[in-house]
Amino acid sequence: MSDIIRRDPRAEWIARNRLHPLHQAMQQNVAEVRGPNGLIRKNPHAVGFIGPNGIKRIDRLNGNQLTTLGSRRSGATKEVKLPLHRVTDPDYYIIVVPDMVGGRLSSHDRDVLGQAHQLTHEIGGSGAVMAVVFGEYREEHFDKAGVDRLLNFTGDAYESYSPELRVAALALTEQQFAPRHWLFPDSVAGGFDLGRRLAARIGERPATQAWQVSSVQTICRGAGGTQDLTRDTPRLLLLAEECAAPIDETRHEVLPVTTSAVVTCRNKIEDCGQVAVDPNAIAIGEAEFILSSGNGVHNWDQFHQAAKVLGATEGASRVAVDAGFMPRFRQVGATGTYVTARVYVAVGISGAVQHLQGIGQCEKVIAINTDIGCDMIKRAALSVIGDSEAVLAELIRLVDAYRQEVIDDAA
Amino acid sequence: MMQPERNYPELNICALISTGKHPDSHRARRAKQDARAVEMALSIAPKQCQVIHAGNPQEESLRSYAGMGLDQIRVLVQQEKTDVVPVLRDYLRLANPDIILTGIRAESGESSGMVPYLLAEQLGCPLISGIADIVSVKEGVAEILQALPRGQRRALKVKLPFVATVDMAAPEPRQSAFGPASRAALDALESTVRHDDEVWQAWSEAPAKKRPRRLKTVKAKTAADRFKAATAKSQASGGKVLRDQSPSEMAKAVFDLLLEEGVLR
Repeated sequence: MSDIIRRDPRAEWIARNRLHPLHQAMQQNVAEVRGPNGLIRKNPHAVGFIGPNGIKRIDRLNGNQLTTLGSRRSGATKEVKLPLHRVTDPDYYIIVVPDMVGGRLSSHDRDVLGQAHQLTHEIGGSGAVMAVVFGEYREEHFDKAGVDRLLNFTGDAYESYSPELRVAALALTEQQFAPRHWLFPDSVAGGFDLGRRLAARIGERPATQAWQVSSVQTICRGAGGTQDLTRDTPRLLLLAEECAAPIDETRHEVLPVTTSAVVTCRNKIEDCGQVAVDPNAIAIGEAEFILSSGNGVHNWDQFHQAAKVLGATEGASRVAVDAGFMPRFRQVGATGTYVTARVYVAVGISGAVQHLQGIGQCEKVIAINTDIGCDMIKRAALSVIGDSEAVLAELIRLVDAYRQEVIDDAA
Repeated sequence: MMQPERNYPELNICALISTGKHPDSHRARRAKQDARAVEMALSIAPKQCQVIHAGNPQEESLRSYAGMGLDQIRVLVQQEKTDVVPVLRDYLRLANPDIILTGIRAESGESSGMVPYLLAEQLGCPLISGIADIVSVKEGVAEILQALPRGQRRALKVKLPFVATVDMAAPEPRQSAFGPASRAALDALESTVRHDDEVWQAWSEAPAKKRPRRLKTVKAKTAADRFKAATAKSQASGGKVLRDQSPSEMAKAVFDLLLEEGVLR
């Protein structure tokens, strides 16, 4: 062959023409091209691929996009696997006694667990956070809340109100584990009482309503919340709400811990169970279940009957109160009372801004209304479009039947 | 509202009171929970109830308790920043009351709420926290209504003697009248022992700072997640809407949700 370099115009043309069917095949994938000065040359034209419309596409995510595309197509958001925090051989324990309202960790409990981990970080060493839970629980995500060890006292006695027994159990735990700190939520749901009982039992002077805690210094509210007391951090702390950020970036082992000792105590307090309370005697601001009426209610006798049958506290919108159908103290909203009900049933309320402000903290809102365009429907978890009188009548019938069934089953 | 008259002349009741502090003006006043404790004691045993304060006998706010119709208030003289538990315990051991009532937390001082717990522990009697009412006392057993969150009540039975803290859900205290308040005797009882609270004296106090509100931090790793967090509407999805169905079907849906939420008792 001669030394003359011959050009191949056709090959050059195909190399230039990205749309040519032979273009991809003609491209040679040379890993590294060195220029005349020894520098590595990159061919920018070789980057990327030709998309279905003949337009060049460059994938700058190095193939990472493919996985996200796949998950988006499947519809379900993929659960992020958080890193596991392991404490194999703990030097010390920090014990948290959560309230477990309804068998689950409350947000206050999570804050306290977060505080416990903050303390272990400050103290250093390998410290384990142990949660002490009484009776049956329904919480499934102890691991994500930051529980390294779980001590569960089970038995029928713990299911009812048993502060003396619980304190005896905690005092035993104190003997066995000698924790570095005891942390309680300072809440009416139970931590207030139990924490102080334990403090009196083991002779520790607690910090109460503590809201800024480090391993050396604690700031807590005193004098009925008007003073800040700065003090050394004691062993036993009763923490205010939002004392620390909850755990959200790690998983924890939740290893079950058992005690060999048997808890015994003389019960001087006998629990006779919860008392049926007239729902209308409960202040509307703290009622759990509210049946609220507005302009769309015409049959007031039926409304009162429905509230009675459901066992709900009555509420009203401003219109119903102004019209004289309901007393002023029943008014819900910015001009009345801000309510904290877990379930709020709005009958014939269109949902003025002031009213929606008043129900801002409600978890589940149910709307019964004839107008599908109203704001209450947008807020509600379940909306029923129809005549409120007919729906309430059916609802009363259903609840009556349900109550009858429960009584028959019990008999 | 009139309370039903329950009279137990054989009962010996003590109410422990402290000086209150108005949350805004910081003026000394009758503490709200302690006043309810006195009210409860007066409604059960108007003659035999003994009202006790450990502190300064010259304190003017004690008169507002006396104005509720007390003949005298027993003051166990103590200096500022001293531990009042030992002196109260010694006094109560001698007085040997059937029921000791007090508020849940004081409005001044440390207001840790520990005094009733320490007294119960040291006197060896049970403690009931946050009671709303004492329904009856029969044959040495008291029936008690305990106040729970969200206006609920729990019935308890406890043997005398016991310590109880009185919740804000208890009946409101009667008005304080000026005449009886100035006529009442503040019976000061000097105590020989003095328990300085050195731990407390080492603390520093400051007016309460406003606590920072917790900010909603977005811990998104990628730009796409941050974008989503910034643009996502709260309550974006309206709930389920039922229309053009028979009232019975719609009522069933509402009933099922109520049942699921566990509000039908």
